[in-house]
Amino acid sequence: MVMHYQTQAMEDGVPPTPEEQAAIGEYMQEAAMSGVLLSGEGVASSRLGARVEVNEGAVRVIDGPFAEAKELIAGFAILEVDSLAEAVEHARKFALLVGAERVDVRKVVEFEDLQQS
Amino acid sequence: MESTPPDDRIIALWRVESPRLIARLMRLVGDLDTAEELSQDVFAAAIEKWRREGVPDNPAAWLNTTAKFLAVDRIRRRDTQRGKYQLVAAAQPQTLEHDLDEIVDGDLADDLLGLIFMACHPLLSPDARSALTLKLVCGLSTEDVARAFLTPAPTIAQRVVRAKRTLAAAKVRFELPPPSERKARLDAVREVVYLVFNEGYSATSGDRWIRGDLCAEALRLGRMLAALTPNDTETLGLLALIEIQASRLRARVGPDGEPVLLNDQDRSRWDRLLIQRGLANLERIERLGGTAGPYALQAAIAACHARAAVAADTDWEQIAALYDGLARISPSPVVELNRGVATAMAFGPEAGLEIVRPLFDVPGMREYHLLYAVTGDLLCRSGAHEEAREHFLRAAAMTRNTPERTTMQGRAADCAAGHTIQL
Repeated sequence: MVMHYQTQAMEDGVPPTPEEQAAIGEYMQEAAMSGVLLSGEGVASSRLGARVEVNEGAVRVIDGPFAEAKELIAGFAILEVDSLAEAVEHARKFALLVGAERVDVRKVVEFEDLQQS
Repeated sequence: MESTPPDDRIIALWRVESPRLIARLMRLVGDLDTAEELSQDVFAAAIEKWRREGVPDNPAAWLNTTAKFLAVDRIRRRDTQRGKYQLVAAAQPQTLEHDLDEIVDGDLADDLLGLIFMACHPLLSPDARSALTLKLVCGLSTEDVARAFLTPAPTIAQRVVRAKRTLAAAKVRFELPPPSERKARLDAVREVVYLVFNEGYSATSGDRWIRGDLCAEALRLGRMLAALTPNDTETLGLLALIEIQASRLRARVGPDGEPVLLNDQDRSRWDRLLIQRGLANLERIERLGGTAGPYALQAAIAACHARAAVAADTDWEQIAALYDGLARISPSPVVELNRGVATAMAFGPEAGLEIVRPLFDVPGMREYHLLYAVTGDLLCRSGAHEEAREHFLRAAAMTRNTPERTTMQGRAADCAAGHTIQL
């Protein structure tokens, strides 16, 4: 899974510029043409979301927006690739193309991983 | 600070970038051999430079620039030489710089599709098409392809060399086939994807029942093809079919590597994401108003199984009806065999035997082990245990796949136990 992070502008609800939208579209198209893209979504500003916190069994629901924009996921893509190195190369392309400041690459846990533990 | 050493990264980069690079270079230089050779030169240059100086931030851009530089150089030399042969005093490069820019900036989708069409060219044998496609379009090394097909690497290398020679000798140029031919050529491409998938899904030989790596490559190819021809309903049908079938891969092998048949599979182990993707592609076919072609129909059959949470919920009447449709538009003894199984599940073993029995008179089918396996199963269920046992033993003697043989021998031993066979 490749995840990129919210910028302050996104969090403030500024819609992506046509250039940014085109860049994301180009990336999705490229990933699709590589045959590695399984799915991907972008998420809206946290002002449209909520956070559920549990502290020693007590549940607190906090409405958005949240304070730290940079810690929020802005979107993700699930890629099927052979290796971490290959996923990193796709993430690098994505980061350069859309101008993301940070992109995390994480492995999706599969059935086999659970059996080993 | 880079965490991955350059050589590993270059292997990963080859996988990610080489299909595009080769496709682009093909457009520039026209033939497969030169394009592949140039792309290897580009990566060789990258290894040398990056080991010394580290990998640049945007390796794709570096690879593209270097590829273009090497291609232009090659074209100049070729044109100059041609000039010499023609005894033209002042060798005039025939390809101008601004033409090259135009060529380099062409549509990537068309380039990739052209590469796939070329690798799956009808002049080549199915074996050669698969090897060339995995190598060029999936970016696998000769050794990877050899491992995937359980074939010695020199054999694969030979196959690839011969394929490229065949294309060069026939003067096959890099271009998209005209729209009138594209449909037929797409059929050939889909065939390769399905062939690769099937080789992975039920290996015809060797000591493993499934080869997940080949299935993964077929899925990648199928997705690529669907992205390149988004409105082609048969390509979507093929993709839906292999996605739904692949969703069962991990439930299809028992703890000792033995095959687990559909009805006995633990359905909680099916891959929900793949099933969803398959069903979504079937919906897209409907939205596009696609007439149900052979792949779409097979996908619809696979979807019937995917929708049943437990085997007993399977809508066998629907599946039998879909097989009737498939037998009409794409008749074959194997489809007929499957139709027999579905009909038996829907309407009883006798109804199935009525369809399956005539297949023993079809040339070639007497050598097909699954005909004996299925007939054995239907006989077993209709109470003819001794006759059933003979059929299972015939099937066991005929298969080249070790786990499958063990299963057939087991069925022969306890064919009174009442397990059912599902293809």
